[in-house]
Amino acid sequence: MPNDEAAPAVRLTSITKRFPGVVANRDVNITVRRGEVHALCGENGAGKSTLMKILYGMQRPDEGTIEVDGAEVTFHTPADAIARGIGMVHQHFKLADNLTVLENVVLGAEKLHGIGAAAGRRIKEIAAQYGFDIEPDRLVEELGVGDRQWVEILKVLYRGAKILILDEPTAVLVPQEVEELFGNLRDLKAEGLTVLFISHKLDEVLSVADRITVIRRGETVATVAAAEVTSRRLAELMVGSELPTPETRESTVTSDEQFSVAGLTVLSPEGRAIVDDVSFAIHRGEIVGIAGVEGNGQGDLIEAIMGMRPVTAGTVRFDGADITNWSTRRRREAGIAYIPEDRQRYGLVLDRPLWENRMLGHQTRPPNVHGPWIDRRGARADTTRIVKEYDVRTPGIDVLAAALSGGNQQKLIVGREMTGDPRLLIAAHPTRGIDVGAQAAIWEHLRTARAAGLAVLLVSADLEELIGMSDTLHVILRGRLVATVDVNTVTPEELGSAMTGAGPDGAAGPDGTAAGGPGGGGEA
Amino acid sequence: MTTTALAEPVPMRAAPGPEGSRLPRALLFAAVLLALLSLVRVITGADDITSSGTVGASLRLAVPIGLAALGGLWAERSGVVNIGLEGMMILGTWTGAWAGYQWGPWAGVVAGIIGGALGGLLHAVATVTFGVDHIVSGVAINILGLGLTQFLAGLLFDTGAAKALGGGPRQSPPVDAIRTVSLPVLSGGEIFGWRSPDALGWLERRHWLLASDLAGLLRGLTAGMSLLTLLAVALVPITFFVLWRTRFGLRVRSCGESPYAAESLGVSVYRMKYAAVIISGGCAGLAGAFLVTVASPLYQDGQTGGRGYIGLAAMIFGNWRPGGLAAGAMLFGYSDAMNLRSGGESVHALLLFVAILLAGIAVWQWLRARRLAAHPRAADGVVDRRGVRGAYLAGAVAITVAALLLIWYWRSDTVPGELVSFTPHLTTLLVLSLASQRLRMPAADGLIYRRGEER
Amino acid sequence: MSDGVPGWVAILRGLGPRRIVLRVGAPFIALVIALVITMIVLRAAGVDPFNAMSSMIDYGTTSSSTVEILNRATGYYLSAVAVAIGFRMALFNIGVDGQYRMAAMLSAVLGGAVALPAPFGQILVIVAAMLIGGAWAAIAGVLKVTRGVSEVISTIMLNAIATGLIAYLLNPARLAEVRPGSNNVATTPIPESGRVPGFELAGGTVFGLIVLAVAVGIAFYVVINRTRFGYDLRISGLSPTAARASGVDSRRMVVTTMALSGAAAGLVGMPELLGASYQYSLNFPAGLGFTGIAIALLGRNNPFGIGLAALLFSFLDQSSDVLQLNDVPKEIVLVMQGTVVLTVVIVYELVRRFEIRLQQRAVAADLAAGRTIAQQEPTGGTA
Repeated sequence: MPNDEAAPAVRLTSITKRFPGVVANRDVNITVRRGEVHALCGENGAGKSTLMKILYGMQRPDEGTIEVDGAEVTFHTPADAIARGIGMVHQHFKLADNLTVLENVVLGAEKLHGIGAAAGRRIKEIAAQYGFDIEPDRLVEELGVGDRQWVEILKVLYRGAKILILDEPTAVLVPQEVEELFGNLRDLKAEGLTVLFISHKLDEVLSVADRITVIRRGETVATVAAAEVTSRRLAELMVGSELPTPETRESTVTSDEQFSVAGLTVLSPEGRAIVDDVSFAIHRGEIVGIAGVEGNGQGDLIEAIMGMRPVTAGTVRFDGADITNWSTRRRREAGIAYIPEDRQRYGLVLDRPLWENRMLGHQTRPPNVHGPWIDRRGARADTTRIVKEYDVRTPGIDVLAAALSGGNQQKLIVGREMTGDPRLLIAAHPTRGIDVGAQAAIWEHLRTARAAGLAVLLVSADLEELIGMSDTLHVILRGRLVATVDVNTVTPEELGSAMTGAGPDGAAGPDGTAAGGPGGGGEA
Repeated sequence: MTTTALAEPVPMRAAPGPEGSRLPRALLFAAVLLALLSLVRVITGADDITSSGTVGASLRLAVPIGLAALGGLWAERSGVVNIGLEGMMILGTWTGAWAGYQWGPWAGVVAGIIGGALGGLLHAVATVTFGVDHIVSGVAINILGLGLTQFLAGLLFDTGAAKALGGGPRQSPPVDAIRTVSLPVLSGGEIFGWRSPDALGWLERRHWLLASDLAGLLRGLTAGMSLLTLLAVALVPITFFVLWRTRFGLRVRSCGESPYAAESLGVSVYRMKYAAVIISGGCAGLAGAFLVTVASPLYQDGQTGGRGYIGLAAMIFGNWRPGGLAAGAMLFGYSDAMNLRSGGESVHALLLFVAILLAGIAVWQWLRARRLAAHPRAADGVVDRRGVRGAYLAGAVAITVAALLLIWYWRSDTVPGELVSFTPHLTTLLVLSLASQRLRMPAADGLIYRRGEER
Repeated sequence: MSDGVPGWVAILRGLGPRRIVLRVGAPFIALVIALVITMIVLRAAGVDPFNAMSSMIDYGTTSSSTVEILNRATGYYLSAVAVAIGFRMALFNIGVDGQYRMAAMLSAVLGGAVALPAPFGQILVIVAAMLIGGAWAAIAGVLKVTRGVSEVISTIMLNAIATGLIAYLLNPARLAEVRPGSNNVATTPIPESGRVPGFELAGGTVFGLIVLAVAVGIAFYVVINRTRFGYDLRISGLSPTAARASGVDSRRMVVTTMALSGAAAGLVGMPELLGASYQYSLNFPAGLGFTGIAIALLGRNNPFGIGLAALLFSFLDQSSDVLQLNDVPKEIVLVMQGTVVLTVVIVYELVRRFEIRLQQRAVAADLAAGRTIAQQEPTGGTA
């Protein structure tokens, strides 16, 4: 009812939210004007997502008030927020793969047009309005990443939302898709929608937002107009000091080949090639990066290299030996270290203390074991050493792994994997979702180990990290290595083109040879 | 311990599209099986394997299994594994008999549903509210259901009026049966007191190849049907409709596929799971009530005989779909009927049937292996060596088992009753070993959901 | 700093007093809740619950009851350990019941057929039982890893199949004989030299193989907590994904664990077979496998906890006999056992979550106060 035109679309006042041991948001104040694209900017772990979950009714604030269109509201569930015209596109898609597009969209809003043909027509209508083509009866699992994001946005539009929250929407997109998304956001704004856009990428924020609120360690630092701020200034607001950059100084690549794969092919259970005839080599002292849009076979390639997934064809060589048929354990014992992508599921046993987690993956080697017996004393002493050397912030080694923050968990994993003289490190997204300090520390450890002759395979979604760290950078697309780019000259945009298979133009660095050969180039 | 899912299928794309598109294939498959059965009957002279009596008994035995399977479907579509179906079924038998002997069989049906639903409620409290491992909770409910009914039977059936009516510590007083109906003209049903001819029965008694078998099948499904059986059969399409064509069903399924997605759209996941698990318990309870009002006229200790577990297996066999689980329930009901009726001879004849079936599978695997070996995959020109080896291996195993069964068939006249007794269980095990890898369960089935705690 | 003291001291220190109280307190809370519920049920049934309880305690603590309780608990304990071995790897061996009956029956036949001098006959029977139980359980393991069949379903089916097979084999025409003077059918009795004598205690005889149960418990503890294999098994149970990434061959682990669980299950019938009945007959005790599940859950899959839980269940079973005299169906004990399991799993789950939250808070507080290892001795380990 209090719907006077001057009222802001959203006003958050003095929001504070505490979790056991952490304050996620402290006295946060944000005002979002109607019809603007407002960016919420801050580094990983600054409390952006928590704040948006509060605004969307998924969490309750401990203190503070929320106003929507000038009226104070209390959200108990997302349903309350949806009823107020708020919609949210989550960072990790919230889609049920085994349901159709239509079912995903109408879920929770069945009252509008039912769950049948009428709803299907309405979905097509909305899609057409934004020049987008979508088949409501397809299963979501058949869709690509870009389409899935569209389904997410459709969900919000279908409910007639006036305020759209996008949580890190570009994390899974390549630069070209990001451009497309931004075009859509401008359209939405033109239709009178208010967009709240969360990101930690400065260039994106500056290019799409009207105003920007910076949040640091759970507190609002400033709200500035995008037109009046430089990226330098924004970066300083975000971090409070200098930004770290991942850059390897000088080449330490040797001519000793430590590791190679040739013609590696992995089939999905349906018989589709998810890793397709992949060949590359890593030398001692070299970091080889793999760039690619998520879901193009990187994860499967790594699992095949670690022996966790059967290889259909091709060979894997390590230290001159053919290890294609070795078990995971034998590979690890031979000196292959592994930082998995999903640290909570693959890298740690959350319900066990740190010292037992230190043994993980090293449970057959000293100092953790003595023959078939566990060497508690040895394992504990070495855990203490790792905790000190790698600056794992913990009061002791008997606390459960679950009690540590993400960054400290990751530091423990890195420390563990660097122990025992590995000669090859497989690192999947080693700095994803951790704070800037830990990120810089991990980069530093990688650089030091590389200088000492470690061969590293680095898979990451962070293009800056890839370009900054890698000596050699391959691009993977639909399970194939389609290009090798020069890290000294390539830009993120060019890399993005290669990653989407947009054509040879993007990947045409000075020595941008396509590893897939002539056959692989025919995609465009 | 972490949650254990009830099947670990390799992720595989299920054929999309509605149930209907699969119907013609299923019918064709059924027709081939019937023809083969008919052939085996003529060869062996074991007329009982397709008699209307056997078919009718199969259906009667399939109903409790199918109802339990429907219960499993409801729970697992909402993401809760329900191994406690057995216990809920036991509760249903007791409450059903307790109400049934006092106020008539339909009161027993209602009470059975309520009894089972209470068990479902308990499971929901443990798994949904408290986040206990689903299988642990289910097993606890099975123990509790058994203990509670035995205690209550001793307390209420072994005293006073109940005892005078024939109750005891291990059984209830008798419950009146639910009325049965037969289709007039075809199966000898009555029209206004006039006993119409039994055309199918006549045809069946001729023992002609195929015609008599078909007649036996139809007569078995239309003669002497209990009203409760009709209701139970109707629950299969009703469940399909509710789960796949209504808003409530969509919400339930979304909780089983992706509860956090559902949560983010304002669906109350806890409430949906509660509803689904209580309905699940209700189905199991109805299965229990069926046992005391149709299958036998009273509650007996140990009456369920593990049908709750077999129902769960039927649901897995049916790939978490109503049509599939009905087929699974019929299969288990049939093997159970073999066990109860002329037992030994019929099962002996079925040895031949299974041997022929396995020989067919062996031929098919062998052809498949040849095809795989001769044609490299189009995608990359690689021959799928593992696939070839697997197909040959499967073929070899099938033909060996077929040969062993044939030898057994020729060297004996009957299968001992003790071995017949576990036919349904062995069938369950074999069918699941053959089918498990082609199945697709709901994506979040068996996972603990905590509101707002997605990792 | 923690390097100088023995591991267990450091672990106790790490747990802190509050968590130790939680560990020990949780089962008690669960038991009290279950007790209260049972008393309410008794009250509703028109019985004075306090009277019933006190008569149970009186009867259960007589000396003849004590022997009976110990003997019964021996089987329960072995059964629960068998279940717990699976549980520690998140495998649900519901088939202990079939495994121990198959093992007892076939090894009884073997023991009755072969007469060996003193220790060898017993060893032969015991080893055979372990092998048979292990093999029967391994079927479920193999089906799980090769065909993707859940062990929950397959072990239940294998129980029914075992029942049928035993009925088939326990037949005068096959492996058994009819006992004259009764309609019992049994295997050939094991000769005197193949039996295990018991201990005399309070006028009764305690199974000699109670020693075996204790040894199994100790072996279980040592293997699980002190060996590489036990570590692999535990982490496979806690996080199959992390175990796989760490190099555990999950398929082999599943089969091995099922086989070990089955081998332990094979022992369940041994105290009775070698210490009392000397034959497998129609009235050989059945159903111990299911009780084992409940006991393993109550005992938290911990060898010591299982021991206490087994004694408790055995006490309840034994002392419930007296209820029948008071016109209370003795099945109230089953109600109590079922309630115990349900309350126990709920309380444990709540405590587990509470513990993690407690620790997260404690860690955050420590960090805020600057109490970290890294900061105490910044130059410690690098030399």
